[in-house]
Parts: sequence; C-alpha cells; structure tokens
Amino acid sequence: MLAPLRTDATGGSDPSRSARPGSERAGEAPDAGGTALAEVTNLAVAFPEGPRSWRRVVDGASLRVDERGAVGLVGELGSGKTLTALALLRLVPEPGRIVGGSVRVDGLDVLAAAEQALTGLRGATLGLVLQEPALALNPVRTVAAQVGEAARLHGAAAAATAALVDELLAEVGLDAPSMRRAFPHQLSGGQRQRVLIAAALSAGPKLLVADEPTAALDVVAREEILDLLDRLRRERGLGLLLSSHDLGAVARATGRITVMYAGETVEEGPSATLLAAPLHPYTVGLLASRPDAGAPGGPWHAIPGRPPRPGEWAPGCRFAPRCPRVFERCRVARPALVAVAADRSVRCFLHGTAAESDG
Amino acid sequence: MASAGRPVVLEARSLVREYPARGRRRMGRAARVRAVDEVSLSLCRGEIFGLLGCSGAGKSTLARLLAALEPPDRGVVLLHGRTFGVGGAGPRGARRRAVQLVFQDPAAALDPRQSIGAAVSEPLVVHRLVPAARRAEAVAALLGEVGLPADPAFLAGRPGRLSGGEKQRLVLARALACEPEVLILDEPVAALDASVRGQVLNLLAGLQERRRVAMLLIAHDVGLLGRFCERLAVMADGRLVEEGPSETILRAPRHPETVRLLIAAGSAPAETKSPEFP
Repeated sequence: MLAPLRTDATGGSDPSRSARPGSERAGEAPDAGGTALAEVTNLAVAFPEGPRSWRRVVDGASLRVDERGAVGLVGELGSGKTLTALALLRLVPEPGRIVGGSVRVDGLDVLAAAEQALTGLRGATLGLVLQEPALALNPVRTVAAQVGEAARLHGAAAAATAALVDELLAEVGLDAPSMRRAFPHQLSGGQRQRVLIAAALSAGPKLLVADEPTAALDVVAREEILDLLDRLRRERGLGLLLSSHDLGAVARATGRITVMYAGETVEEGPSATLLAAPLHPYTVGLLASRPDAGAPGGPWHAIPGRPPRPGEWAPGCRFAPRCPRVFERCRVARPALVAVAADRSVRCFLHGTAAESDG
Repeated sequence: MASAGRPVVLEARSLVREYPARGRRRMGRAARVRAVDEVSLSLCRGEIFGLLGCSGAGKSTLARLLAALEPPDRGVVLLHGRTFGVGGAGPRGARRRAVQLVFQDPAAALDPRQSIGAAVSEPLVVHRLVPAARRAEAVAALLGEVGLPADPAFLAGRPGRLSGGEKQRLVLARALACEPEVLILDEPVAALDASVRGQVLNLLAGLQERRRVAMLLIAHDVGLLGRFCERLAVMADGRLVEEGPSETILRAPRHPETVRLLIAAGSAPAETKSPEFP
C-alpha cells in the first residue's frame, strides 16, 4: 500500500519528514526543535463505488505539523483536504474508509489506535473547527452550552465549566455578557466562527485544525479570524493546521504550506518561499489566477480545463491534462513527492530527481 | 454621473428598504433595520460598475431592488428613464427581463431535476422571445456563447454533473436568454475554484464587449473589482459611502470603510495605513 518514497536532497526515506525548516515559522513562534505533532504520510481514502469496487478519492496526501508550527493546507473543492484533515481524527465520514498510509498525532498511531484512545485524542489533543459555522452549531442551544460541551465530555465539573466558558469567550474576543445566552442565529458569521474556535479550545488541545474557517466570511472578518488564530497559536503554544482554497489568505497566518491537488500533496514548503517561487505548475497557475495578479485590462489568468471529480484522475500525473508544461512522461508515469531542498518537496518531473511513484 | 456620454440604462433614485429588526422593540413599536438607505446610482450602457462592501452592508438587498425582485419602501428605479411602480405585471415584468441577476452559488440557482436544455429554453418560453421552431437553434447559440457544448447528450443531462464553473456558465446562458440590458452579478466567482475563476471572468469581459450589456458586479474582493470595473462604489450600513473611478478609489480612498476594506485585502496604498478619520 505504501509507496517507497525517495528523496535526492537528504537521503532520508520520507520527503515530508526531511522537508522541514528549523526556523521559518509564522510570527515569533518559539522553535520547538521541529518535533512532529501531527504527521500524515501517503494517506489514501476510498469510498465504495459499486457492490465490490472502491474508488480512491485521496491517494498520496502527506503533511506534517510541528509543535507550535502553523501549516496551511491549500487545495480546491474535491482536492481531498477536508478528508485529510478529518483523517487526523479518524473521522472520515461513512461509508468512506482509510485504506492506506499512516497518521500519527502526538505520538499516537491514529489508524491502529483503539476507539478509547481516539476519544482522548478528539477534543483533548486535537481541536477541530469546521467549515460552515452555521451548520456546525446547534441552533437551539446557547453559545455557553456549546462552548462548554467538550470540556464537560472530558470530565470538567459544572462549576469549573462555567468559569472556563467565560474565559474562552473572552479569549476569542466575545466578552460581552449577553454572549453566553445568545443563540447562533443572533450572531454574525465572524462571531459564530469565534464560538466554534472557543469550543475547539475548551478541552485544551495541543493542535487546532481549522477547515476553511474563513470561506463564508467577508474580507474584513476573514482577516480578524486569521489574526485570532495566529494569536491563539502563539499564546497557547498550539500547532495549527489551517485549510483553505485561498493561498494568499493562509500564507499570512502560517509558516509552511502544503498544496493538494486531486487527492495528493503536490508541493510543500515555507509559506514565503512557496509564494515567491512556486515550483509545481499547479501552484504557479493558482498564484497567477489570483484576482490582483496580472495587468489591469488584460485577460484574467485561469488554469485551462476543470479540476477532476474526486477519484477520476488521469493516469500518470494527475495535473497533466491541465498543465502548460506537460511532456510525454507526465501522461504515463506518476511523479513521486520528492525533496528538492532541505525544506521543500514537490511532485513534478520538472523538479528534483523526478522519481516515479509506485503508488 | 454618466460616464463618457454613454446613455444611462438603469438609474436608482433615493432607494430605501427597511426590514423589521429581530427581537428589538422601541417605544412599543418594532424596531426596523434600514438595509438600503437613500441609495442613488446610475449604470451606463456597456459599463462595468463595481459595488464593494462587507457582509451585511446591503449590497444584495440593493441588487434585489434594482432587479425588481422586491419593491423599495421609498425611491424609484428607472429603466431608460421610465418609472415602474411596484405593482403591475407588465412594466415590472419588462424590467425583470431587462435586468438579470446572477447569484453567488450556481448550484442553488439551478433546478436539479430540469435538463440543461430545458433550463436554457425556459426563459425563451416564459418571455416569448423566440418562436418554438427556432428555439433549439437559440439554445445552442446561447450555450456556445458561454463556452458550453450543445450536443443532444449534454442538453439532456442534469446540472448536477457539471463543475462549479460550468454551472455558473449555464446560469449566465439563462440570464443571456432574456436579452438583458443590465446584468447584476452578486459575487459570481466567489463559490468557484480559484483555478477556474479567471475563465468565468474572461467570459464576462467578452460578453460585456460583445453585447454592450451594463454590469453591476458585487464583491468584497478589492483586487477583483479594481481590475474589472471602471467605476466603483463602496457600501456600508446601507449607504453608498464613496463612489468614483476605480483607480482613484484604490489609490486615494477617502472613506474609513474603504480604507478598512483595502487594508483587509492587503492592497491599501502606503500613505493610507493610518488614516485620519473625519
């Protein structure tokens, strides 16, 4: 199941392991010496397609979040980034299954762990903030009840929970006394997202995973939420995994970025370097497609074609049908994710040793 | 307000729209929220006008008033200088055809059970625009204009199998079937994948050139509006707080709300980082 991963730069066995910096993290985060807090290697997730056939919709996803590090997970609809984030908690929705790869969070082998160990992981080690705050909140329960829920489930007493809820709400900038008794429909989109963040923090996690936390927000609210996540990470010493389809938005709140396309990781590196000098043609195209790129009055840049439906990938390189730099080999062989520098890896025959993947 | 002598197609004068405020009462009367507060603007033939603002600023309500999807509490909307009251099917129907609205989420704007062919021909039938004998030809032409195929298999398919970008093209084909003079686009690319947004924007630019249709583009993305629109207006709390040529507004914003939006988008000019608020 696991493809042997190769690397030309460090001779290590796993590019996501070798590709990490000692210092380039967002903000003035203390460097924890690069200890992996969460690591996904060559993850594969499949959904049943027929009575006996399964279709892989994620295959080759790798990412790593260091202690106190902030990582942006960038990809379009259907790229597999949400499933990859959920796999950190072994919460891939039914009838989907994790069919390959490994997932480690805080020393725990998530795929081999017993259900009971996972209960300790969910909420207590890893807090999850879901994409659509309007759907993730219960419309008939108050803010206070929902923020305190995870703390109660992990054993906090009622009195302690009440005090904790006040602290958490203040920490995310919702300190108005009326906020405790408010219902979700009385809040703005940005306020709802803050409630979810407070709830995710209530059991004191080491890692916060936020899946598209700003997708439903306008540009001003988006910046406020990104600032909040960055502050919480620094103050609490959290690891942060921030998924988004917006490369520019995550770059400002993260030290490293992992780019996914068609169910696999295609590029990984320090945020600033990746934005300034993208390597994978998909990342290059994505950056050129930003609305503020290009000349006014000129045509808009777009990557031709459309993103593939989940699991309906081209043989060879999955980006080949849309790639402006495609050549013969791309259509027949699938490139492996290889380290091209001490802290960068890319899955493209144009870079590095251009190893083929057996996966 | 009209630019370069081009005729004004659509004009709004002092539009006001109020809704009951949730839960709040003052002096025994239910409080009201002014979603659109004394808004006046005009759209010229063939121009792209940008409307910028945060969530809740009133942009979408204004769009609905302009498209006659709901009546204003006060004020008028003029199409080619003619008033249409809020009642009466005839003239309001004419404005509904001439002013087409395209929403952010194309999936929600399409009937999942209706075939693609029927979706495009529906407006032709409703507005009696093309005789039945020439309808198939017109549908094929409209689909061609938005870059979609028109073979029988495609026409018989349902919109569910299309990608986000293809769905938005289909929504545009439906809007174009009405031969609109004004297209109101409410965040038309916000729900689309970043790699295909440019395709839809290029399509819109081509339509504007070819059909000389006036466009009102609503978005909160300053970069997009600045590059796409000749003129910009900024909306906050129901009011138009700033209006002018895009270049001027982006280079020298005057209203604090504009400055706030530009800073959030990371595109404020250096000298506006610490504005002196009036």
